Amino acid sequence: MKLKSLLTAAIVGTAGLASLITAPAALAQVKEQYFPALIYRTGAYAPNGVPWANGFVDYLKLVNARDGGINGVKIAYEECDTAYATDKGVECYERLKGKSAGAVYHPFSTGITFALTEKAPADKNPLITAGYGRSESVDGTVFKWNFPLMGTYWDGADILMQHLTKKEGGSLKGKKIALVYHDSPYGKEPIPLLQKRAGMQGFELQLLPVAAPGVEQKATWLQIRQSRPDYVLIWGWGVMNSAALKEAVATGYPREKMFGVWWSAGEPDVKDLGEAAKGYSGLLATGTKGKVHEDIKRLLHDKSQGTGPIEELHTALYNRGMVSAALTVEGVRRAQERFGKGKVMTGDQIRWGLENLNIDAKRIEQMGMTGIMIPVSTSCVDHEGARSARIHTWNGKAFEPVTPWIEADSAIIKPLIKEFAAKYAAEKKIPPRTPEDCQS
Amino acid sequence: MLYRENGQFKVSYTADQQIFPIRQDRVAMLLLLALAFVAVPLLASEYLFRAILIPFLILSLAAIGLNILVGYCGQISLGTGAFMAVGAYAAYNFQVRIEGMPLIASLLLGGVCATVFGVLFGIPSLRIKGLYLAVATLAAQFFTDWAFLRIKWFTNDSASGSVSVAGMQVLGMSIERPVGKYLFCLGFVVVFALLAKNLVRSHIGREWMAIRDMDVAAAVIGIRPVYAKLTAFAVSSFIVGVAGALWGFVHLGSWEPAAFSIDRSFQLLFMVIIGGLGSIVGSFFGAAFIVILPILLDNLPQWAGIPIDTALASHLTFMIFGALIVFFLIVEPHGLARLWSTAKEKLRLWPFPH
Repeated sequence: MKLKSLLTAAIVGTAGLASLITAPAALAQVKEQYFPALIYRTGAYAPNGVPWANGFVDYLKLVNARDGGINGVKIAYEECDTAYATDKGVECYERLKGKSAGAVYHPFSTGITFALTEKAPADKNPLITAGYGRSESVDGTVFKWNFPLMGTYWDGADILMQHLTKKEGGSLKGKKIALVYHDSPYGKEPIPLLQKRAGMQGFELQLLPVAAPGVEQKATWLQIRQSRPDYVLIWGWGVMNSAALKEAVATGYPREKMFGVWWSAGEPDVKDLGEAAKGYSGLLATGTKGKVHEDIKRLLHDKSQGTGPIEELHTALYNRGMVSAALTVEGVRRAQERFGKGKVMTGDQIRWGLENLNIDAKRIEQMGMTGIMIPVSTSCVDHEGARSARIHTWNGKAFEPVTPWIEADSAIIKPLIKEFAAKYAAEKKIPPRTPEDCQS
Repeated sequence: MLYRENGQFKVSYTADQQIFPIRQDRVAMLLLLALAFVAVPLLASEYLFRAILIPFLILSLAAIGLNILVGYCGQISLGTGAFMAVGAYAAYNFQVRIEGMPLIASLLLGGVCATVFGVLFGIPSLRIKGLYLAVATLAAQFFTDWAFLRIKWFTNDSASGSVSVAGMQVLGMSIERPVGKYLFCLGFVVVFALLAKNLVRSHIGREWMAIRDMDVAAAVIGIRPVYAKLTAFAVSSFIVGVAGALWGFVHLGSWEPAAFSIDRSFQLLFMVIIGGLGSIVGSFFGAAFIVILPILLDNLPQWAGIPIDTALASHLTFMIFGALIVFFLIVEPHGLARLWSTAKEKLRLWPFPH
């Protein structure tokens, strides 16, 4: 009896292994551009991961339904759930990698970005890390395959500091600013910039790490109650954001003095608190209302093709996901302009496309994204393309933009990028790219 | 029929003391090694290497290390993730700070650092036992989490706290390609598995087992508990440390302390328990069960051509995986290794069971 079940188990196991060997042979079909989606709909970060994933997938569906693909090349996408874990993300990357000749990957986690940054160059797959990832990867001469499009954490921190400086009437001298951050590469990213600004502007920076996933923050907020900083910056993700706001309510720290990065100022973070979170502000790198939403309603939701609930359409994270997908699509479209319209692009070709993006207001209008994204124009040296965001404030029911677009100060960030990219290049012995390489 | 030892007489002590006293086992082992060293590199796809075989091998190695401590010496440890982290970060520092350091040397030195750390955190085992010791080893876990997040020196002043290695080579040969990485890991695993197997059959291994079964009785017959327990901690954390270094260097390439969190410690403990406490081969079974099975389950709906929601697939994986753990622990509480040896015993009698 036992032997029999063992034998069955062995057979099932071998069959499974055999199919593992043959699985990657099932390549994406011809005339379909493959879009891998490393997303998470499970785990501690799912509340924030789900709207992003829905936006990402909805936009890809929309391009197929509205435009008939990219110049006739249909988009085939596939999801893989990483649960925000680095090892799972690496497995997903390897799993999806075998299915196409090359594709753009959105790691959607700073930890996974760090791991994939080491793997992508060998596989010739560009990585888009729109609004996250390594800040120094803006430097395209060192990071050939990384594209932190539309803002890095250094930009985010800089924009917040500009806003606070303005609020304080031009000077932050003698002020105390606390950074409550997720204790991971993600949360640590803004620190070099904040330290530099602290030195320049003469404010005191207090660093308060919160252990992942960030449910337990009592000690942190007691420290805040003791030291009474003038402002608190929140660099959290998932459950950490709402936990921080709850603790702020409990310790009586005014929400008006709390500012989150774009990943800490989404609807899932505040909606449970409602009125209690009123006054909390954060960065908003995308708009939340545009023509594209009508298209999605008409072409997807009305035909029951929508990925998530329709109420999600105007939320910050959903639109973040949508813009990320749009940037990828535009990268492929740009590559097709050079390498042949209506053809399936390889990873190397898309990399050229992403390096030569020029999404102007007219193109944005065509995409139906007016009011949602700002113009992006990249080059071989600048892999970022745009570095602006707005501040929006929670009024108890919805987020409202309260400032115009603020651009990050290149004078402060550029030298940092140079310094950190040079350090990375020296550590990894990467020779700087030649002008010819930039053309390829 | 084939698996029978009739006629295989042992005429010397050496023959009797072999790891595999039965000829069929030896042949099967050689075939398995040939398969692993020759056939797999020729046949396997990149996905199979990078996502399945390499993590499987490295975690098997870590499970062997933990099995020595938990399975053979009976000291429950929840600090495996910490020992792996020490191995990985120490190896990283040797690699980065010393120009021209050979890769293998830094990995082994990482293991040596983990040994020192392991012995240090093994000292409480002289006074406390069982679950209390598990709690004490948890301290190691929290200590490394803290140290590698906070002490900048360990991460070579990396701003984000994430470290990475690239351009690995052994004896002038680059091992950047998946086949090279696989063979590199396989080499380590084979050598360490052989060492571990021989160690547990030696007088030291017998001391460990005596301590595990009853430490007072062992002390009465002249085994020094201090020596036995601390050697178990030393050997175990050395192997675990090397596995940790391999995990960081070969599998991830770039890592942060979260890669060696408490979850990793639990994962390894489950591997050892499900695979079989006090069994080297059980470590492999356990690692296969924990590493490969979820990936298989996760991939199944797609291979079967059933379009299924990603979240649902993930949740199903968790549910089926959990159910299987419970099933195996009920069917065979001594782990998969015991199932394996039962199967072998049955095979010897087959087709005439009595």
